[in-house]
Amino acid sequence: MRFMSAPSIGQFIPGESFIHGLDPRCKIVATVILMTGLFMASGIPDFLLWFCLLLLCSALSGIKLGVILRSGRPVLFLVLVTVVMNLLWTPGTELARLGPLRITREGVLLASSMGLRLLFLVIFAGMLMMTTSPMAFSDGLERIMSPLSLLRFPTSEMAMMMTIALRFIPTLFEETDRILKAQISRGADFESGGILRRARSFIPILVPLFVLVFQRAENLAVAMESRCYVPGARRSRMNPLKWRGRDSSALAGLALFVVFAIFCDRYLFKAILAWLAMR
Amino acid sequence: MFSIRAAAYSYSESGTPALDGVDLEIEQGEWVALVGANGSGKSTLAKICNALLAPTQGTCFVMGLDASDPQNTSAIRQNVALVFQNPEDQIVASIVEEDVAFGPENLGLPPDEIRRRVDRALLLTDLELYRARGSYSLSGGQKQRLALAGALALEPDALLLDESTSMLDPEGRDSFLSCLGELNRRGMTILQITHRMEEAALAGRIVVMESGRVAWDGPPPDFFDGGYLRWSFEEPPEMALHHALLTRGLIPQGTKPGVEDMLEALCL
Repeated sequence: MRFMSAPSIGQFIPGESFIHGLDPRCKIVATVILMTGLFMASGIPDFLLWFCLLLLCSALSGIKLGVILRSGRPVLFLVLVTVVMNLLWTPGTELARLGPLRITREGVLLASSMGLRLLFLVIFAGMLMMTTSPMAFSDGLERIMSPLSLLRFPTSEMAMMMTIALRFIPTLFEETDRILKAQISRGADFESGGILRRARSFIPILVPLFVLVFQRAENLAVAMESRCYVPGARRSRMNPLKWRGRDSSALAGLALFVVFAIFCDRYLFKAILAWLAMR
Repeated sequence: MFSIRAAAYSYSESGTPALDGVDLEIEQGEWVALVGANGSGKSTLAKICNALLAPTQGTCFVMGLDASDPQNTSAIRQNVALVFQNPEDQIVASIVEEDVAFGPENLGLPPDEIRRRVDRALLLTDLELYRARGSYSLSGGQKQRLALAGALALEPDALLLDESTSMLDPEGRDSFLSCLGELNRRGMTILQITHRMEEAALAGRIVVMESGRVAWDGPPPDFFDGGYLRWSFEEPPEMALHHALLTRGLIPQGTKPGVEDMLEALCL
């Protein structure tokens, strides 16, 4: 039995699909465009369009929709809090009242769009990580940030740090699970008592975890050094990044979709709703 | 390959020295087992041979290059690869082939050459089928073979193994050791730190470390013929059988301690 498992967000799923084959720079820029588009989305019909895009991404990546949607699981609590806050504290036309709490029409609309926006943001970010290996991701990021190296910004070190951080996510969860089990077997109780007591009971997990992380970091640094890694030195790549025609096409197609989604949200859906209301 | 003269090393100025005047010569193509209690200086010696540490006194020459000279560091690490005890601590990338490519990429080699080295290292360690897999999904034995593949991709002349089999199950260990045997037959120098006497028995030479010094140096049959008693090491079953058969005169003197050799001698 596992008490802790690594969240599915950030876990690369190897594959040979169209999306897997895209240049990581293309995927990073595409995710930024998607996020910008999502911040501009407001109506429920617009999110249906975004869901269609998600379906297309699932088909083009060969990753099942259920697996993609699961990447939103770690933020479900946050989404729930956002929805409840917006639902209860947005002024407007009252729909229902529960004692001092009022649910308004505007609140329902705002809560649903905020919740969906947050979910889609995380799911699309998860999609990027699922289809891009951490090494390719950091290579892409390094190339995108390369102009900053002119300002002496350590781009390659930053990229390496990111690769290692992503690589160690599952390992750290495994270690936390192991420490948790070890402490439970020695009588530790993490489930009873108030918030303060529970928070205090996690200290015996955090202390060995921190010690372990520092030990791991030191061992890894020695291992990297012994494999000829020199911080800041020029490294070559087994799979050098190549920007192809399909990367440009994918990016152009996505930009068009985002423009279309914004147009639909701002004008088309509103016009259709107005027309339906008139009838 | 390695020429170590009066090498000493201390982790702190006031503390007990980890190495205290080590003299050791290892020739190209040798398989040397380095044994000894915890804290006897085995890992420190391996790190000095990989230019990760510089001896505070004495000298260490690797392929004729002074390991204390920072200018030789890169050349030494390219030719002498180090594999540690815990594979989790040395796997850098999340995908098997990307991790194997890490070393050659650090050398700035062209992509074709990196790919050739990765293919070869994966073939030698029998990991070809796992090349596109996530490193986190491998078993303990496979992870250790991945760590070995990462070291082999540097195409070194020597391998330093710091208790690299201690976390493996018997099957994983057998597979790892047979891989080492094959590499040694191809001419690779191996310096293997181990606590397991059955592994030490596979080497051509055993070096015992004690309190930062070389306390014994010689071939396995001499070591197990009484030499090991001084350090309370456990004699491997094969060696014990060899010893018993010899003392009872059931096999002629000079018979090697391998199972096949002993069987052949018994059947004659």
